[in-house]
Amino acid sequence: MRISEHPILDFNQGRGAQITFTYDGTSINGFENETIAAALHAAGIFTLSHSESGRPRGIYCAIGNCSSCMMVVDGEPNVKVCVELARDGMVVRTQETRGTLA
Amino acid sequence: MIHIDLLVVGAGPAGLCAAQAVGAAGGSVLILERGNVPGGQLVKQTHMFFGSEKQYASYRGFDIADILIDKLKAMPGVTLKTNATVLAAYDNGVWSAEIDGAYVQIYPKAVIVATGASEKSTPFPGNDLPGVFGAGAVQTLMNQYGIKPADRVVMVGWGNIGLIVSYQLLQAGVNVLAVLGRSGKIGGYLVHASKLRRMGVPILAQHSVKSANGTDRLESVTIWQLDKNAQGIPGTEKVLEADALCISVGLSPLSELLWQAGCKMAYIPALGGHVACRDEFLRTSIPNIFIAGDAAGVEEASAAMVEGQMAGLSAAEYLGYDIPDLDAQRQDCLAQLNSLRHGAVGERIVAGIKSAGL
Repeated sequence: MRISEHPILDFNQGRGAQITFTYDGTSINGFENETIAAALHAAGIFTLSHSESGRPRGIYCAIGNCSSCMMVVDGEPNVKVCVELARDGMVVRTQETRGTLA
Repeated sequence: MIHIDLLVVGAGPAGLCAAQAVGAAGGSVLILERGNVPGGQLVKQTHMFFGSEKQYASYRGFDIADILIDKLKAMPGVTLKTNATVLAAYDNGVWSAEIDGAYVQIYPKAVIVATGASEKSTPFPGNDLPGVFGAGAVQTLMNQYGIKPADRVVMVGWGNIGLIVSYQLLQAGVNVLAVLGRSGKIGGYLVHASKLRRMGVPILAQHSVKSANGTDRLESVTIWQLDKNAQGIPGTEKVLEADALCISVGLSPLSELLWQAGCKMAYIPALGGHVACRDEFLRTSIPNIFIAGDAAGVEEASAAMVEGQMAGLSAAEYLGYDIPDLDAQRQDCLAQLNSLRHGAVGERIVAGIKSAGL
């Protein structure tokens, strides 16, 4: 969910242009200058990948350190979506285990 | 190959300050920042800083980032690049980086490593579930991207980050169900804890998480009371229906590049983990490598800025720039750091730094 009212910050002015990308085939609206993870969380999507044991994984640090958020973006696996900016027309998929290069 | 006087790794509070001395003296400085925007974690700090005027007390963190960046813009020799990840330090003095997707080799005369720190986790069943976040992660979602991370949150850890982020969650309209602390005494400043208590948030001493529960994502958190040996007491469990669990149990310095470069390292728990050994002017065992900020030992951003200035002075001295009031500036930095490192937490940091001496 996006914050519209905040005592200190004004998010209604600063967001970039609206963009659209797909997440496992579903259309997601985001904004330029926000990360893929931010746009997915705004849409209520927390699960980004599954580990070897099949357990779901989401973001942990959100600043590119912990590698808990890796997804397949435009066919490329192991993309840290907490720091990768969302772009119009991107194809984002849940990563199953290690991911493979096409 | 880029030839440069000074390479600064990281554009957080430490790195931005570290570039100033050499930049002001007219040297060529390249600051490389892995993230999309400069400022490091300052960009999500909505609270007003403490300390003194010199550390921008009473300014909010995100405003301080802008002030520091503007200062550097006035220095023609300073270049700041974002989307620029330093990859490796080689023993022939070459440092490699990926800048806007391209591989680049850099030959710096001196390097200041200001890479920051990484959030720690803590062991309990379910700590890998989506919905279990580092406290800094919810701060990023809320304050940088304007996204409400959850509706009902449990916070683990009552140091300053745990307390401040809990208050910021309230500001974003999130219900904070409880703040848990392992010991008997609140870890952070009481001024932050008092704000939470006034808002009716329970702050539970000697409590911890027994388990995070849920199948596809976090659905509830089982907490329990701890005994004198910090072990959970069976029968004291409570289940809180939460859609997020924030972990604020400290950070560890990002010191990989310093290991690679061959700096003498030490494991110092009071500083968060492995750090490069250094003297009081932040010179490492390798004469042209300096450290500053959380990479040198986890502290507050105010201390990171002063350490940045100190490391910057040392780099300028190493590079042969004439800094007329060098001694006075160094003493001023030391005095500022001393006043920031007060209380029980400060004493622990001072002792840690002593153990990390060269």
